[in-house]
Amino acid sequence: MRVRCLFFAAYRELIGAEELELELPEGATVERLIEEVRARAGSAALPRRLVVAVNREYAPLDTVLGDGDEVAFIPPVAGG
Amino acid sequence: MFCAITRDPIDAAALARHVRSDADGAVLVFTGVVRDHHEGRSVESLSYEAFAEMAVEKLEGICRDVQARFEVGDVAVAHRVGDLAIGDVSVAIAVAAPHRDAAYGASRTIIERVKREVPIWKRERYADGQEAWRDGSLPEPPGSG
Repeated sequence: MRVRCLFFAAYRELIGAEELELELPEGATVERLIEEVRARAGSAALPRRLVVAVNREYAPLDTVLGDGDEVAFIPPVAGG
Repeated sequence: MFCAITRDPIDAAALARHVRSDADGAVLVFTGVVRDHHEGRSVESLSYEAFAEMAVEKLEGICRDVQARFEVGDVAVAHRVGDLAIGDVSVAIAVAAPHRDAAYGASRTIIERVKREVPIWKRERYADGQEAWRDGSLPEPPGSG
């Protein structure tokens, strides 16, 4: 299945891209996706602790992903 | 309810007019403005970036929660993105309520949740020429921690 990853702010700079599309096996979790992203980007690129939003909702690492899901990697927020 | 992420200068007075109804005895406006210092460093300017579609959804959710929890009328939040100068309004929150107690509580709750939950990031430019993404808070996903 295909999953679209979005990177913002500091993470966009670390990854070197705003967006990546990845192929994952059916039933893959967010955690699995993160491993894949780290493998692509180099393990030092992203911090150890990561928060993602799946289809615009914050989701825990054990969330099972589906084909066409959008996963946004959310750096520590600093709005307001 | 009105929630927006905008590149345009924020008109806080317009937000106040938008939320007021004849039933309201209080219209409270909070404006967050760009200041010239952060942790001892002199800030020259800054820029905000947002995951805009999700940020608007999060703002709307916060406003709905606040309307359920406090006796308030209409609420509105506008957050600016792009390059901002010292003194520019970065965020405005307008809360209308029959009575001021609820307006103060609601307004405070909204700004605290914006700072913890909404996907917006701040990049500061310092007087010495350096730039940095401001440290922030990692939002809590449900079912964790």
